[in-house]
Amino acid sequence: MIDFDYKKPGSVKEVLSLLKDYGPKATLIAGGTDVMVNMRNRQLSPEVLVSLRGLDDLRYIRKNSGYHIGGLTTHRMLEQSDMVRTELSALHDGASRVGSVQIRNVATIGGNICNAAPSADTAGPLLVLDAVVVLEGPDGRRRVPISEFFTGPSKTVRKQDEVLIEFDIPEEMEGFGSAYWKHSRRKAMDLPILGVAVAVRLADDETVSDVRIGLTVAAPTPIRAYKAEEFLRGKRLNDDVLEEAGKIASSESSPRDSMRGKEWYRRDIIQVFVPRMARLAAERLRNQ
Amino acid sequence: MKKVSISFTLNGDAVTAEVPVTWTLLRTLREFFELTGPKEGCGAGECGACTVIIDGEAVNSCLYPIPEVEGRTVTTIEGIADSDGTLHPLQNAFLENNGVQCGFCTSGMIMSAKSLLDHKPDPTEDEIRTSIAGNLCRCTGYVQIVEAIEMAAETVKQKG
Repeated sequence: MIDFDYKKPGSVKEVLSLLKDYGPKATLIAGGTDVMVNMRNRQLSPEVLVSLRGLDDLRYIRKNSGYHIGGLTTHRMLEQSDMVRTELSALHDGASRVGSVQIRNVATIGGNICNAAPSADTAGPLLVLDAVVVLEGPDGRRRVPISEFFTGPSKTVRKQDEVLIEFDIPEEMEGFGSAYWKHSRRKAMDLPILGVAVAVRLADDETVSDVRIGLTVAAPTPIRAYKAEEFLRGKRLNDDVLEEAGKIASSESSPRDSMRGKEWYRRDIIQVFVPRMARLAAERLRNQ
Repeated sequence: MKKVSISFTLNGDAVTAEVPVTWTLLRTLREFFELTGPKEGCGAGECGACTVIIDGEAVNSCLYPIPEVEGRTVTTIEGIADSDGTLHPLQNAFLENNGVQCGFCTSGMIMSAKSLLDHKPDPTEDEIRTSIAGNLCRCTGYVQIVEAIEMAAETVKQKG
């Protein structure tokens, strides 16, 4: 392995100061399940690794005027949280399907999002939960809606001198049911061929009062299917309506042919799973 | 290459390793402490042959930077039998139930299973399969491995 130095700051302030000192020579490392592999493959050769693992006060899942999830929260913590399972179900679906127990014990949600793989399993859920990414840099904190966070494969709006602090999920999400489907060939240790997340809120007459649809591996970045959402508002979730919503979502996506699946197959999967996840999200909402 | 001095608890003993800062926990275990139970299969967190337990949780030691081990408690396959040599119930169960073929995945399998049983002494078959989903066996011996873990859970339960 290449030569590098390893810094273990104990506070966000120290992290920011190291990022300033080393500039582009530094790479942040959290759980390391991407960074260590990329370094081994020589895709990454930083002079300095700045570890975030000492920031234990950024490992939390809190409910307080909305939900707050610290950037260093592990996938395992999300998987084992009853609150996440029952109230932020799509995020539970996503986090508990990442890698293996060994990976989930160290891999963080902040790392999953900052690594910005088009296949990130927490991205679709955070999109439909309307999460806001809180970043801290030399000029203080700023808030970026997750729908504006990703700019391309492995690219985000996070600047080199910024650290992801937490995800804020608005209080109104309490009234939603949500679900995420990871379509993959194996149950574990696999990346999705496609990911579909849906969050839905129903009015008393069972019509859709609000809905969000998130798709991953369906475009260069995780995306929302805004036209399909618009179509569903005010309607009942019956077979015909859902089938049409699936078709619209599929037409909004721009998947590509890759080793894991063909474009036409991904489009078909969107058509099939947008209706299924909408039904599951609605069912979970009724059972809350 | 810069060296670091890392102190931690390894299989019950306080130890200090002086190794290059770039080393992983796996390399330190194998090359500094000469504990060759944890194996390097893929080196990328896919196969689980390097699984050890850190502060109660199963992790891939091939992805664990050595500076992060400072102050932690690490258990490897070498540390789970009693000091008098009596094997851990999981080790016995793997032997009795033919849960071992070539043996390369075995120490990782047992450490993943141990982490499960430490948290949940009475797991379902589904929970057992989830706990070892990150451990690949290329001799295709999963059925006997799952049965061995069920057998070990039973033994642990009877012992109380």
